[in-house]
Amino acid sequence: MAAQHLAQVNIATLRAPLNGPELAGFVAELEPVNALADASPGFVWRLQTEDGDATAIRPFDDDRIMVNLSVWESFETLRAFVYSTRHLEVMRHRRAWFSRMADPYLALWWVPAGTTPTVAEAKRRLELLAGHGPGPEAFTFRAPFPRPVTR
Amino acid sequence: MDGIPSDRDLSAIGLLQDPVRRALYGHVVASGGEVSRNQAAEAAGVARSLAAFHLDKLVEAGLLEATFRRLGDRRGPGAGRPAKLYRRAAGQVAATLPPRTYEAAAHLLAETVEEAGADLELQAAARRAGARTGRQIAAEASAGPDPAPAVEQVLAARGYEPYRDGDALRLRNCPFANLSAEFPVLVCAMNLCLIEGLLDGLGQDPGRAVMDPAPDRCCVAVFSKDNQD
Repeated sequence: MAAQHLAQVNIATLRAPLNGPELAGFVAELEPVNALADASPGFVWRLQTEDGDATAIRPFDDDRIMVNLSVWESFETLRAFVYSTRHLEVMRHRRAWFSRMADPYLALWWVPAGTTPTVAEAKRRLELLAGHGPGPEAFTFRAPFPRPVTR
Repeated sequence: MDGIPSDRDLSAIGLLQDPVRRALYGHVVASGGEVSRNQAAEAAGVARSLAAFHLDKLVEAGLLEATFRRLGDRRGPGAGRPAKLYRRAAGQVAATLPPRTYEAAAHLLAETVEEAGADLELQAAARRAGARTGRQIAAEASAGPDPAPAVEQVLAARGYEPYRDGDALRLRNCPFANLSAEFPVLVCAMNLCLIEGLLDGLGQDPGRAVMDPAPDRCCVAVFSKDNQD
């Protein structure tokens, strides 16, 4: 088993209240897509409250910003889930539900297997990405960095 | 990447002028997987040795790849030699004269659309473009003696390489492969809308096209609602 797993964070700014009609489509997809993630090859962990998802968590001053945080066994398994499953269909509608974000809204980084990242750590990785562009400490799907070799 | 055509790309394309090679290459590609020399020879209607000669030329040119695999379950001494199997090579071969680098422009434009968050505008533009094309095809057909082409034919002409899978038409090839690898959400949504528009322009229900991604195929599937087409 690999000593390093891949953590991902993505944030999104709601266009309208989560419990309103504009976001109904998104809310309807939460449970099936989360269940799909849980069952996908390579899935390790995702941030959730007792409601079963992370939508109650608002880590920024702007409380329209939601967060999604998860850990996967590899870059390939995460990528396959994000872009080669029903999740892609949900992402297709992102502009209807979320406003465009100026700063990086997604960051990937390697974590020791068995550890779970905190929201504070995830925010730090987004800041790293914003400040330095993609690097081994924080990168993106388009500019990935390989799993570090550990002894 | 496009640009001034390389010698390698030009000679690969030149190889396909030969009708036997064209038929063999076409058969391997249409299989969607691996075929043996014997299968390809039979499909192209040529002798096995001739097929092997041409198939290996196509491998040398980078159009096909070959692997050896044991067919069947026998193992160990006496199990027989592994068969040589051919499949389409990864990567792309292209030549445009004068040199055109549309792919480079497409990446820049896609990056800009992505940053601007203009997904919905792109999707609307794609639907309109698909519909224009569909209407054009339908109009040309109604002006002539032949019936309007089936959806499968229209998609095949556009390079999607459609194949039947139950009551779905699936697409083996993504015509925007390099671009969709970089910008999957943007480009796959654009592609779905293009096909929705195409169906609409052809007088079909655009709802027949759905996003149904899997690795190694185009993300769109077209379902036949009432077994037409």
